[in-house]
Amino acid sequence: MLLSAGDIEAIWLTIKLAVLVTLLLLIVSTPIAWWLARTGSWLKAPINAIVAMPLVLPPTVLGFYLLIFLGPDGALGARLNQLGLSPLPFSFRGLVVASMVYSLPFVVQPIQQAFSAMGQRPLEVAATLRSSPWDRFIHVALPLAKPGYLSAAVLGFAHTVGEFGVVLMIGGNIEGETRVLSVQIYDHVEALEYGQAHLLSLLMVAFAFCVLALLYAVQKRSNSTTSIGPY
Amino acid sequence: MNELTIRINKKHSEAFSLTVDLLLPNRGVSALFGRSGSGKTTLLRCVAGLEKSEDGEIKLNGKSWQSANYWLPAHKRPIGYVFQEASLFPHLTAKGNLDFAIKRADSKRKVIDYADVIDLMGIAPLLEKYPHQLSGGERQRIAIARALLIQPEILLMDEPLSALDDELKHDILPYLENLCQRVQIPILYISHSIDEVIRLADYLVILENGKAVEQGATQAVLGKLPTTFTQHQDTSILITGTIIEQNNEWGLSTLHFDQHRMMIRQGDENIGDAVRLRVQSRDVSISLSEEDNSSILNRLPVVVDALIKDPQDPSTIMVRMLAGNTPILASITALSAQKLKLHQGQQVIAQIKSAAVLR
Repeated sequence: MLLSAGDIEAIWLTIKLAVLVTLLLLIVSTPIAWWLARTGSWLKAPINAIVAMPLVLPPTVLGFYLLIFLGPDGALGARLNQLGLSPLPFSFRGLVVASMVYSLPFVVQPIQQAFSAMGQRPLEVAATLRSSPWDRFIHVALPLAKPGYLSAAVLGFAHTVGEFGVVLMIGGNIEGETRVLSVQIYDHVEALEYGQAHLLSLLMVAFAFCVLALLYAVQKRSNSTTSIGPY
Repeated sequence: MNELTIRINKKHSEAFSLTVDLLLPNRGVSALFGRSGSGKTTLLRCVAGLEKSEDGEIKLNGKSWQSANYWLPAHKRPIGYVFQEASLFPHLTAKGNLDFAIKRADSKRKVIDYADVIDLMGIAPLLEKYPHQLSGGERQRIAIARALLIQPEILLMDEPLSALDDELKHDILPYLENLCQRVQIPILYISHSIDEVIRLADYLVILENGKAVEQGATQAVLGKLPTTFTQHQDTSILITGTIIEQNNEWGLSTLHFDQHRMMIRQGDENIGDAVRLRVQSRDVSISLSEEDNSSILNRLPVVVDALIKDPQDPSTIMVRMLAGNTPILASITALSAQKLKLHQGQQVIAQIKSAAVLR
């Protein structure tokens, strides 16, 4: 049994979405994670909570609010409308924004953890070696946080690939635009095309397993060169 | 102008504040000595700019690093810093760690050559290894080399040996001694080991509860009567001298200092070597008679300079004597002091039972 044109289109769209979301999230999450890992501000707890919200909220709730917020009458949607930008819901760009919100904790948290775990010491050492704050960040903090970034990228990617509720709420089911893999499987099941659904589901299971196995293998290997420990 | 000024006023908590006002020589090794909690590390971190004191002044060779309305961040201060734990960057090889410093070093100043550092620290065979493949002592040697390669104007060392076990300490001390003699920059060395101080330091500051209670040349500070008697039993003095004779038959070396001679057990020193001896006050006894009828070899004619009682232990008295300019402390019983009628200016014989050669 082969993949249909629609299946391939959905796979391609899913990969495109996940790659884009992951890249954008890695950039957005870095300052958030850095701030959360170092601050002593009272704002840390509420910001942490906001970042973690998608972990506990039903995706439909998230999708619902995003739909309202980004819609033509929503707070952000109206503003975009004024600027002459097309509305985000039911478009690929809307899907990107929604996925970023949905996958945010999966990217912020591993990076934040990596920054916290390295502690102040390596940065202090670098400071005594005439390394400026920016130089310290690039040449000490980032390399030491590499396993955290790896986990973040893998989890962010995998999680975006697997989302369903939010996509359906904000993206709908438009072929080539918002019909991602999980929605495609749902469609197959609705249409009682169990064979197609099986094939795509199996692909997802294999993908999830490979990604996680790779993640753990890499994490184990890089432990010795990134933990500051007693060195 | 050519010295290190450290004035710090830093309140840590209700119970502890660091208040020091020091003027240290801009050459040789100055040791900051004190127990844990005395504020040594905080002081060093303030000098490095890793910690801020609300009120303070730090100045080296006439250049200010901190004053009332000025603050030079750590990465702009011309320092080398060696932490208690080596703190090498784990993602870089030993060579990578050194390169990190070389790339950022002040190119206008040359304190020491790369080849000299490698040689001095004996790290040539270690360069390709990662920190986790090195032993604690090897890591610390790399860390010291890294701190030197930044070409600092001053080297700050925060108990660089304290994380190592005794054997490793013993291995690494000779490297440190060489280093202290070789480099022309001042070294600020934190320690809570009197042995390290005696081996390395030219100048000594004793910190207690965030205050500098004594400071001066190492020998003079150690030879002062302790103001607190808590360390009575551990009180040690430093004798520096030159080996002038060796007697292989008896396995003894003769040391000359201040017109005095002492015999010590022969070690690996040679004639002409300068050595540092540690003599503990409890290993010194006092005799009135010149007659040489005891088993003790080293009997030095000295003058009693001062006596002080231990308020916590009335049975003990500390006697300060002068052998030429070298102070010698003896810890004896109050009863003996009474029997010998010891008083200031009295000529007596100090009998030194044993001395440890530290260098």
